Amino acid sequence: MLLKLLFAKEEDIPPGSATIFFGYSAIFWFVVGTGLGSFNAAKLAFPDFVTGTEMFAFGHMRQVHVLAVILGWISMAFAMTMMYMTPALGNTKLWSEKLGLWNCFLWNIGLSLGLFLLWIGITSGREYSDLIWPIDLVVLVAVLLPLGINVWMTIAHRRTQGIYITNWFFGACTFMVMVTFVVGQAPELFNLTGLTEGYLTFWFAHNVLGLWITPVAAAIAYYTIPKLTGNPLYSHRIGHLHFWAIIAFYSTPASHHLLSAPLPEWLKSFASVEGVLILIPAVAFVANILLTMKGRWSMFVENIEIKFSVTGVLLAIPLNMQGGFQQTRAINWYVHGTGWIVAHAHLALLGMSTALEIAAVYFGLQQMLRRKLYSLALANFHYWFYIVGFCIYWISMTIAGLIQGAGKVYEVPYIDVVVAEHPYMIARWVGGTMVFTGNLVWLYNMWMTAREGTVLPKGRYSHELAYER
Amino acid sequence: MAGQFQKHKLGAAGIGGMLGLSMCITLFFPSFDFRSGESTWVGLDKTLSNGRVIGFSYEDPLVRGEGKPTTVVLNKDPKTGEAIDPPIRAYVYDAKAPLSAGVRHPSNMGPTVGKLSIEKGKIDQANDSDPVVFTIEATDVDGEEWHYVNNATVNNGWTAEAVLNTAGAESQYLIGRGKTVYITEGCWWCHTLLPEHTQDWQVFGTPPFLGDFNGEMPTAFGSDRKAPDLLHVAARNSSKEWMTMHFFNPRLVQPNSIMPRFDYLWGKTDANGKAIDFSKWRAEYNDYVSGKTVHPPEVPEYAPESEARALIDWVLMSLR
Repeated sequence: MLLKLLFAKEEDIPPGSATIFFGYSAIFWFVVGTGLGSFNAAKLAFPDFVTGTEMFAFGHMRQVHVLAVILGWISMAFAMTMMYMTPALGNTKLWSEKLGLWNCFLWNIGLSLGLFLLWIGITSGREYSDLIWPIDLVVLVAVLLPLGINVWMTIAHRRTQGIYITNWFFGACTFMVMVTFVVGQAPELFNLTGLTEGYLTFWFAHNVLGLWITPVAAAIAYYTIPKLTGNPLYSHRIGHLHFWAIIAFYSTPASHHLLSAPLPEWLKSFASVEGVLILIPAVAFVANILLTMKGRWSMFVENIEIKFSVTGVLLAIPLNMQGGFQQTRAINWYVHGTGWIVAHAHLALLGMSTALEIAAVYFGLQQMLRRKLYSLALANFHYWFYIVGFCIYWISMTIAGLIQGAGKVYEVPYIDVVVAEHPYMIARWVGGTMVFTGNLVWLYNMWMTAREGTVLPKGRYSHELAYER
Repeated sequence: MAGQFQKHKLGAAGIGGMLGLSMCITLFFPSFDFRSGESTWVGLDKTLSNGRVIGFSYEDPLVRGEGKPTTVVLNKDPKTGEAIDPPIRAYVYDAKAPLSAGVRHPSNMGPTVGKLSIEKGKIDQANDSDPVVFTIEATDVDGEEWHYVNNATVNNGWTAEAVLNTAGAESQYLIGRGKTVYITEGCWWCHTLLPEHTQDWQVFGTPPFLGDFNGEMPTAFGSDRKAPDLLHVAARNSSKEWMTMHFFNPRLVQPNSIMPRFDYLWGKTDANGKAIDFSKWRAEYNDYVSGKTVHPPEVPEYAPESEARALIDWVLMSLR
């Protein structure tokens, strides 16, 4: 099916094909990523679970989990939303469905290869930039560049006068992630060493979150919430405040990840101050979206996409409150390197960002397949397993992090901290496994939607139809 | 479209300008600080013992620790036979080991150290394809002590072969290969190499200094600490026997540890060339855990060519 479309003429490819293939790929990688997460969490709770085999050692699996989730699930879900939101908001069609399909195809191949190499230990050894540089080039040329070109050209060929805020984010973030990626991988490409290498590693790790994962997820909410509720966005101007504040403030705080490294002190202080300024775009975003919900709050209960979207927006509140303050020196000394940070990272990726993407994938796949979701019951099962599992994970890791911080500050022997954390490691495994289980159900639900979902009548949106199951 | 207000062009210029400014502040300005960082002895030791790059590279595409130098501890001069007290480290690059990042680009080691290494150390006379031996020497510049890299093959007449023979097998350490194992096994997902500016100092030792990384790749600081910081671990515990047991099965020495077992780093055979029976060992260990036997089974002695040996070499020699 995919192969046939890859070599078809552009005009013979049904619109929405790229969305559909990206959507199912994203869900597949989400299942893989959370499955690996659950497996790794089991190892942290029970260290002799699957032991003594190099291929299944924690240190070989952990980076596969991280990159399967970031490059597989989150980024592919972004690509999927860009494939249908960008043209819809420009009142046009996607610049090239064929490029989108090739992008999806090469992305899956490149990611599978890169993850396999990481799994067998062929790595650059740089945190979050673990992929070796030949794979980095594949990511740049076959993943990021075609995606960016498709988005930019679609925006340039729009048939509207203005550009909606979502498209501002899409166009800018696809560019900024490329710059971030090239600069972040420069140590491998150009053999930069020492502190430069250490700094650029975290320059990348920060900016891929700050300029790609969180802003694109927020951009998605600017589309889904007005679209599904029927309310216009509360204020496009506040949306622009969010957008420009992200670019001005959040492209700079990278060195707050390395406050104890011998980086220049002025750089660390600058980064900390800029890091607090994340509160400006964060408050603008959350307020804007919640005010857009005015009069339609019943949909938070009744509509599955709104349920996920609003959950994501609400999770942005603790995310940014934590994020703004935990990176200041006054707080960072206590929580740095502890489970608190792991909880915070999952709040960003598995909480805020993922919830918004799940909503967009649910909505987009139904529109492009022209089919109503197969089962509301299964979707609710997915929601509750996702949110309860996530909360168990988040709360348990936050507590574990505070224990670790106390152990660090009061000079408790490290092994006692490990013992004290044990119950929370089991809880994290239970939470992660619940998320994984929910995702399996989601994959089944979307599969059945493609096969048996009620066909949408022409000119109708999926949320205008009643569920049958 | 002609004459129409092109919103995206204005926006693109704005984004480019703002991102350019932030990159100027976070990348261009700090680059002056980074370039002026002078390498310490620790930094020189790291760049010389690690080789060109740890992790995927031309000389080591499968990341097995190929093309790395051998570090030896010398207590006598290989040429004259004179005693060296205290013993010093020498870094032996055979024909397959490309020069380290510091020697390759002396400016990496800092302006003064780089200059001293060329003028006094003659490192510019070394090349990738010929065997060469380096040492770290100290000199006095304006009343201050500076360390620099010395090309011992040129300045002292030490050949790689003579240095290895003088040191003997027991004084050779595979530090570069050991750090490769640290990278491939993902140790840095749980351990950090960066003590913090907190009470950490009391337990894990001082944070690193500015010049401690010059020419190192990757630095592998780590960010998620599920286990103790290791930057100075060998200063706290330098027992090879403890390390051996701990890597084979951490719960032999620390019952509550959640570290994975790294018994597979021993490979197929032990130090005597005898095949290691892992399933038998695990069965006996399970008997010990369940209380059926009083003593755990003996940990096999690792073979000199095993990954376990290289990893322990690196921990004991580099993390002090």
